[in-house]
Amino acid sequence: MGKKMVKDFTHKEYRDYVEKKSPKSKVLANTVKAFVVGGLICVAGQLINNFFTSRGMEKDTVSNLTSIIMIFLGALLTGLNIYDNLGKFAGAGSIVPITGFANSIVSPAMEFKSEGYVMGVGAKMFVVAGPVLVYGISASIIVGIIYYLLHY
Amino acid sequence: MMFMKVLYAFLVGGIICAIGQVLIDKTKLTPARILVLFVTTGAVLGALGIYEKIADFGGAGATIPLTGFGYTLTRGAFRDVDQYGLLGAFTGGVRAAAAGIAAAIFFGYLVSVASKSKAKR
Repeated sequence: MGKKMVKDFTHKEYRDYVEKKSPKSKVLANTVKAFVVGGLICVAGQLINNFFTSRGMEKDTVSNLTSIIMIFLGALLTGLNIYDNLGKFAGAGSIVPITGFANSIVSPAMEFKSEGYVMGVGAKMFVVAGPVLVYGISASIIVGIIYYLLHY
Repeated sequence: MMFMKVLYAFLVGGIICAIGQVLIDKTKLTPARILVLFVTTGAVLGALGIYEKIADFGGAGATIPLTGFGYTLTRGAFRDVDQYGLLGAFTGGVRAAAAGIAAAIFFGYLVSVASKSKAKR
C-alpha cells in the first residue's frame, strides 16, 4: 500500500509539486548548466572536427568520424558510470548532444542486463533510441517524398 | 578562425541544449520525448533549408545535438532523391546517418556488455 502511494506521487503530482515549489531561479540555473555543459560537449565535437579537417579529410568523412568518436565517448563514459552523474548536473545539456543518444542506449541496457543478452541488453538498448530512430527516419522519408513531388 | 568556430559551436550547441532544458522544466516532456521532438524538428528544419544555415554558422554546435541527427537524415534523403528518384527518400536518410546509427548500436552493445550498473533504485 505504502509503496503504491509513493509511486503514484512520483509521477504527475510530484512534477506539479516541484513546479509549484521551485522558484524561477532554479529553472534559470538548470538552463545555464545545460547551456554550459551542452556547449562544451559541442566544443569537444568541434575540436575533433577541426583536427580531422586540418588533416585534409573530406567534409562528410569528418562529420562521420566525429559522430563515431562522440558516440563512443558517450557510451564509454556511461559504462564508467560518469555520464549519468553528469546528467544529474547538466540535464538537457547532456541529453540533447549525440553523446546523450549513446547514453540513452547504454544506460538502460546495463540496468536490465540481468534480463539476459537478448531481451535485456539487446532490447533495452532501444528504449529511447528506438523512438528516436522511428520518428527521425520516418520524418526523413516523408520530407524526401515531398521533396521528390515538388522537384521532379 | 578556428577559435571562432569553436566559440560558435559552444554558443549554438549551448542554446540548443538550453532550449531542451527549458522544455523539460516548463512542460511535462520526458527526456525521451525531448529527443524525439528534437530529431523530428531537425529533420523538418533541414527540409526547410533553415538548419543548413544554423549548421554553417554553428558547426559541431549544430551537428552534435540530436537536431543535427534529424538534419543529417533529411539531407541524405534529399541527396539520394536527387540521385535515385523516389527510392532515394527511403535510402538516403539511413545511408547518411549510417555511421552514427551503426556506431551507436555497436559501441552501445559492447559497453553495455562490458560494464556493470552501479545498483541504483
